[in-house]
Amino acid sequence: MSEITSDIANLTDVSFGYDESRLILDGISMSFPRGKVIAIMGGSGCGKTTILRLLAGQVTPRLGEVDFNGRSVARLSKKELYAMRRQIGFLFQFGALFSDLSVFENVAFPIREHLNLPEEMIRDLVLMKLNAVGLRGAASLFTNELSGGMARRVALARAIALDPLLMLYDEPFTGLDPISLGVVGQLIRQLNDALGTTSVLVTHDVVESLKIVDYVYFIGKGCVLASGTPEEISHTTDPFVKQFIHGEPDGPVPLHMKAPELSADFFGGAHA
Amino acid sequence: MKMLIEGLRGLGRETQAILTRLGFIARFFVALIRRTPESFVRASLTLREIYFSGVLSLAIILVSGLFIGMVLALQGYDILSTYGAGDSLGVLVALSLLRELGPVVAALLFAGRAGSAITAEIGLMKATEQLDAMDMMAVDPISRVAAPRFWGGMISMPLLAAMFSAAAILGAYAIAVPLIGMDSGAFWGNMQAAVDVRVDILNSIVKSLVFGTLVLLIAVFEGYDAKPTAEGVSSATTKTVVYSSLAILAADFILTIFMFRGV
Ligand SMILES: Nc1ncnc2c1ncn2[C@@H]1O[C@H](COP(=O)(O)OP(=O)(O)O)[C@@H](O)[C@H]1O
Ligand SMILES: [Mg+2]
Repeated sequence: MSEITSDIANLTDVSFGYDESRLILDGISMSFPRGKVIAIMGGSGCGKTTILRLLAGQVTPRLGEVDFNGRSVARLSKKELYAMRRQIGFLFQFGALFSDLSVFENVAFPIREHLNLPEEMIRDLVLMKLNAVGLRGAASLFTNELSGGMARRVALARAIALDPLLMLYDEPFTGLDPISLGVVGQLIRQLNDALGTTSVLVTHDVVESLKIVDYVYFIGKGCVLASGTPEEISHTTDPFVKQFIHGEPDGPVPLHMKAPELSADFFGGAHA
Repeated sequence: MKMLIEGLRGLGRETQAILTRLGFIARFFVALIRRTPESFVRASLTLREIYFSGVLSLAIILVSGLFIGMVLALQGYDILSTYGAGDSLGVLVALSLLRELGPVVAALLFAGRAGSAITAEIGLMKATEQLDAMDMMAVDPISRVAAPRFWGGMISMPLLAAMFSAAAILGAYAIAVPLIGMDSGAFWGNMQAAVDVRVDILNSIVKSLVFGTLVLLIAVFEGYDAKPTAEGVSSATTKTVVYSSLAILAADFILTIFMFRGV
């Protein structure tokens, strides 16, 4: 019954909080058009990872709708949810590779779990996926023998093992050296176009991501603060976005946390 | 008055926290049991865990058993012979091992060797988001990670307890017959006559199954429930050893009341 719409996924007026007292997302709406690479940017702790969790059905919104491929994620049974997740690839921030399995077996894991294929076919598939990230030669290594950038790419190979409709990347650039960073960025774009998927990436890395994405959302205070194509974003007049993309220390997001006047703190004696 | 109320409130909160946690454990146990068929359909997963928790615990179980048996023989003979009952050493050794020491000590060793390893392993998988990753790949971590470890351990536990008792009896024999000079026929013959299959051996197996359930449930749950940090994993590992040791000893007391009262 999944109707083909132009968006693979949508958030409609979604509110969400992990506990009663605090809303992380407050009536946010976003759309993720098929075939595009979309970046979600914003300060630490503003709820970027939470958006990915909502899209993958790991948490359900308090208000509003999350839908994937024409179906509301919150209304799926556990079985349907698992069927949906087979169509989603998730790249964790630190890879989350299985430490007791080799590189080959890590990539083979989702294939073995979900498809009943003969061994030679699994082998070909895994080597194909590893080749796509340039690590066919690393198939027999163990995960503790990989550098950070290599681990990220193996995790990427594992995430695309079942040819997902939607790829979710949680901070794919964090902790990588400049070369690996460029490599991972290019891979995200190439894989998106080659596999015909849609990619959503959460990132702080403005420079790297503006090079590869089609659309950007800036998140803050539970809402979308600004959005647009990289072209529009780099010519924006929005003070928050300007501060974020130019990395200015002070602006709408203040450098100093709220505190009493300096003079009061130094000369006024004890804290009130 | 105010202090009294505060104290009662604190007590209530504590009790509630403990009950809530027990509730969580019970629900986890049910979830685990419901995933049982999958652990046996995919036998290779469970076999692997039998290797890790059973085969790798074998050395410590056999060596400890041997020593305990030898000590038991030395002490037991010393006491029994003052009453002129030295010939009953085999009986004393076999009954104390089958009824108590075998299941209890084997379970305590198992908690320290295999239980702590299971908690650390699952906790680490949680801390490094491996369990989340599995869930995101539409693979249920309880049936893929927790249930095989539980059942692998459940199969290993009674076998390890039996091996422990066997090693201990051999250790006792090695002291009693060649060293002390007891008659080998009296050692084995009296033992055979006194050991009852239902009362002693069956109860011994029941005990080790109960202890195994406790140790493995605690080990798997603590790993699953660990805070996803290095400290979280290490404190969960400690908790596994402490809680399962206490649970084993308490359960042993209760089981012994029912099994051997007036037998
Ligand atoms: N499992 C959780 N339970 C409670 N609070 C959480 C949980 N995960 C994240 N949070 C809180 O929700 C907020 C948003 O988290 P997150 O989406 O991870 O932010 P980001 O990825 O943008 O850095 C943070 O303030 C964080 O402390
Ligand atoms: Mg995050």
